[in-house]
Amino acid sequence: MTTQATEPRLDLEQNLHFYRQMAKIRAFEEQVNELYKSAKMPGLAHLYVGEEGVAVGVCEALRRDDFITSTHRGHGHCLAKGASVNRMFAELLGKEPGYCRGKGGSMHIADPETGNLGANAIVGGSAGIATGAALSAKMRGSGQVAVCFFGDGALGQGLLYEAMNMAALWKLPVIYVCENNLYGEYTPCGETIAGEILARAKAFGIHAETVDGQDVQAVNATMKRLVERARRGEGPAFVECRTYRYYGHHVGDVNRDYRTREEEKEWMSTHDPLRTLAGRLKGLVDEGTFERIETDVKAEIDTGVQYALAAPYPDAKQVDEDVYA
Amino acid sequence: MATTETAVRELTYGEAVREAIAEEMRRDPRVFLIGEDVAEAGHPFKTLVGLVQEFGTDRIIDTPISEPGYAGIGVGAAMTGMRPIVDVMFGDFITLTMDQMVNQAAKAHYMSGGKIKVPIVFRTTLGATRRSAAQHSQSLHAWVSHVPGLKVALPSGPYEAKGLMKTAIRDDSPVVIFEDKMMYRVKGPVPAEDYTIPFGVAEVKRAGTDVTIVATSSMVTVALGAAKLLDAAGISAEVIDPRTTWPLDKETLVESAKKTSRAIVVDEGYERYGVTAEIASVIADGAFYFLDAPVKRIGAMDVPVPFSPVLEDLTVPTEQSVFEAAKALCRKA
Repeated sequence: MTTQATEPRLDLEQNLHFYRQMAKIRAFEEQVNELYKSAKMPGLAHLYVGEEGVAVGVCEALRRDDFITSTHRGHGHCLAKGASVNRMFAELLGKEPGYCRGKGGSMHIADPETGNLGANAIVGGSAGIATGAALSAKMRGSGQVAVCFFGDGALGQGLLYEAMNMAALWKLPVIYVCENNLYGEYTPCGETIAGEILARAKAFGIHAETVDGQDVQAVNATMKRLVERARRGEGPAFVECRTYRYYGHHVGDVNRDYRTREEEKEWMSTHDPLRTLAGRLKGLVDEGTFERIETDVKAEIDTGVQYALAAPYPDAKQVDEDVYA
Repeated sequence: MATTETAVRELTYGEAVREAIAEEMRRDPRVFLIGEDVAEAGHPFKTLVGLVQEFGTDRIIDTPISEPGYAGIGVGAAMTGMRPIVDVMFGDFITLTMDQMVNQAAKAHYMSGGKIKVPIVFRTTLGATRRSAAQHSQSLHAWVSHVPGLKVALPSGPYEAKGLMKTAIRDDSPVVIFEDKMMYRVKGPVPAEDYTIPFGVAEVKRAGTDVTIVATSSMVTVALGAAKLLDAAGISAEVIDPRTTWPLDKETLVESAKKTSRAIVVDEGYERYGVTAEIASVIADGAFYFLDAPVKRIGAMDVPVPFSPVLEDLTVPTEQSVFEAAKALCRKA
């Protein structure tokens, strides 16, 4: 967890944008938790708070038409790739203007316009899809790159290794981004992962590295390198982003008996992605810059949630529409 | 059936499949085929011989033995502008591809509110009596017929093999097409010109008045054989091939049963909870007041398919078993 930004020169405007994007994801997720606690949101959600540096660092290295596949903990990926807060909230509430017209919900938000092929509620379930999108990009000669987000839990799924094997054989432009937040659902990853994580990718001849997922600059610099490499036709890569989820597995997981409060405090106080970036930019920006960003973001979130609460539900006749294309 | 003069040309079932794929690949550069032993080997059943020579290894793609992996890759390619045919060598192996078929391909369009299309064809097999034992002989088409979002085609002869494959490739939804591996060398008339067979339209293979026999895939041949035996026994059988289990042409099945007042459903899947159960229910619902007997179901015996020929042959419907059932149903046993 000592990785520093690999590019010491700070592009201030870009870094403030990183900060804003991370702040937006955090405020969005805090609001989702409120919607759950006030019983305004059907079902559950898996919050991305704490992991913002990964989604923003990765997606800011991508073109709009590059593909991502996301996970059950996917709100951060969707927002970082360009989804609108309004339509995200609408989907989470099962409303008509939502990204999936209310049919997908928290775990299935897809937005092809921003290259988002969809979140996936099967752990590791999108490893094939992302790899197939990369095959498609290669066949069409489009120059697009695909990013497959997955958690440490997906390291237990065979599909991932089948897909990585083929990606390596065929030099596909896909980057496997493992968000290692140390827990697969309610189980510490030490109990589920044998050997070295990177060794698994390296066994296929896939370039693999670990990056501090709490350092958005480091994630972004790493990804820029790997994305350009993939675009040049040099094949897939694997990145383990060490990160931490501040909340439990989902909004209802409030006791978190499987980990200590001390561990949580340690991550939040010394490895927070927003504080880390703000600390680096201190002295380069006016006093109050971050407060202003947070105020702006809060306003966007408030507007979004009001929009979603007021939005109509889908009409009953839509229940059997779009089963087939 | 085709009515044009060119329809006299005969192809085997396997050749018809290959011709359909080749024609569609020529027509549409987005179509490609991916699976195990599909390129130079031309598939273990030799159905794809010659395709790699014409289309190259970029479009006829050999994979490792990784059914879930390449099925998933197919789904991703289909979502992003390609039209893959995913070759699953034996129908038994859909147990391995189920997540990609059922949770991914089948649901993406609905779950995305209609924004993501998955124009993919899963090409696989069914059928027993090849002496291949329990893991290479099953007919599992009922499993995928159960899942909203998938379409399921069961070609019963060479003509259907070409026409249904072409329709499947042009469909914007995921289609699972089950070829009967025992029929690959069966010959029949196949038009050389372009034609498709619409999904959800059953074909009356033989008109009759006393009993309706609904049969799928190679069971159509079995039913037609039984119908000949029934003729000799003074019973006129109507044989209907639904051609797709989903969409299902309920109207044609029900109207036939209303006319004949008796119905038998023959399918090579396991009998319990199977295609025969669904179709029998459709007929019972739609034709109840016209029926003179309960709808009879004949599926594969509910046992893992045994290896020994003397045992295996007992597990599948035959001309004789369909004939006997029809006679009993018509109270002429």
